[in-house]
Amino acid sequence: METSIFQYGFIIKGLLGAIFASITAGLAGTYVVSKRMVFLSGGITHASFGGIGIGYFLGINPVVGAAVFGILSALGVEYLSVKQRIREDSAIGILWAFGMAIGIIFIYMTPGYTPNLMSYLFGSILTVSYADIIALGIMSLVLILYFGIFYRTILYISFDEVFARTYSSYVDVFKYITTSLIALTIVLNIRMAGVVLVISLLTIPPNIAMLFTRVYFKIVVWSVLAGFVGTATGYAISYYAGIPVGATIIFTLVIIWVLVKGTIQFIRQISKFINSRHFSHSNL
Amino acid sequence: MAYLFEMYSLSASYGADIVLKDVNFKVNENDFIGVIGPNGGGKTTLLRVILGLVKPAKGKMVFNNLLLDGNSIGYLPQMSTGDINYPVTVTDIILSGLMIRKGIISRMSASDKKKAEAVIDELGLSGMSKSTLNELSGGQMQRVFLGRAIIGNPRLLLLDEPGNFVDTTFENDFYEKLRDLNKRMAILMVSHDVGTISSHIKSFACVNRSLHYHPSHEITNEDLLAYGCPIQLVTHGDVPHTVLKYHK
Repeated sequence: METSIFQYGFIIKGLLGAIFASITAGLAGTYVVSKRMVFLSGGITHASFGGIGIGYFLGINPVVGAAVFGILSALGVEYLSVKQRIREDSAIGILWAFGMAIGIIFIYMTPGYTPNLMSYLFGSILTVSYADIIALGIMSLVLILYFGIFYRTILYISFDEVFARTYSSYVDVFKYITTSLIALTIVLNIRMAGVVLVISLLTIPPNIAMLFTRVYFKIVVWSVLAGFVGTATGYAISYYAGIPVGATIIFTLVIIWVLVKGTIQFIRQISKFINSRHFSHSNL
Repeated sequence: MAYLFEMYSLSASYGADIVLKDVNFKVNENDFIGVIGPNGGGKTTLLRVILGLVKPAKGKMVFNNLLLDGNSIGYLPQMSTGDINYPVTVTDIILSGLMIRKGIISRMSASDKKKAEAVIDELGLSGMSKSTLNELSGGQMQRVFLGRAIIGNPRLLLLDEPGNFVDTTFENDFYEKLRDLNKRMAILMVSHDVGTISSHIKSFACVNRSLHYHPSHEITNEDLLAYGCPIQLVTHGDVPHTVLKYHK
């Protein structure tokens, strides 16, 4: 009896986790990939590890520490590159490693029990709590409302900021809000995918989607679907094989991407071959 | 003929750097003015002042509120602004020209979409409404951005170096389109390529910190020298040729 309830809990957690992870990652990921912010997002992810370390040291929820660090590093990169004129990729590189260093220093200074570093770096099913799932659920709702209500404003600012400034004085406000929401999305997905791998959760689904469509809204929808298949399958494999969940999710997503891309190319080659035969016949 | 806006001894600067000094300039309905001058001479800044993106440091800018407010200016920026690989369709880009009349919570209505379709047809982009920019040629891309500038049916159209990203095949089409548009809107076109635009414009303004208005489309070397406008003058002839300065 106990085992079945235990398993039931895992399935519910897995399903809800997969749904919310794919919604948040699909919405944030489409923005990140379209706007070429992948490196910045990687920097935010790793910098947030500093917050995890400090959270442990102070005995507060590490996710809260990570959220603060994530948002501060996102705004910090903007500040360093615009106000201090440091090249953006250098600013990201500095904050990226600095956050990791702070995280490791504080985790090792935490007296007594040293938490399992691996679970934060690579994700772990055992550390995903219902509170994490609820937080992801709320984040999904926030992102759906935000992108739903301000769809065109966000799309046009991200496509052509210079032109957007000619009609709107809210360009910077929207940029900061969107970047902060992306930082939060990343942090909330760290429990599942881990610091090292979470960036792929954002980047692979939109790239699968863009094999089918080049329309922003449709990329979001396809990303969420692809993300759900990848995370749910990865979660199941992780559960049965006892491998860290982040690794199995990313592995599954990459396999899906390769299979879809391969299939599309194969179909193109076949139709090209048929067409060329057709033409050579008509030439005779 | 009614005026659209007028600048009175207007100066503009970026920090300590004075870019425009003591400019008096008036634009009327149906004007087609070429704005020429050397790079860094303040041409783009002039457009930015008209758009309200740069506040004048001195002097003032008066709009004829009966005909023109901030909502009825169309703007075609230099090509470098939008990302051509961005996943956004031609229709959606053109629709963004209506954002100025909409709030941040904006929906495009059926009539907005009809307007976009009409612009797409007018600019010869039929069949490309669902394409993304990276599927289009340079000339087609330029017409998409022109579509974004004119969908709101502005009274004044500002063009910043429209010749920069167009190949010669499209060039004539493009200027012909502009002449059409000029029947219903005034056009202010920034260019450093005097020769190409002189046959299309009605008058020109030379901007090199100060502004000199010349009420004819014929540009001579004497004009340019008198105005302190050090730019290349290209003329038409039987054999392609370049004229060099006199030996001293």
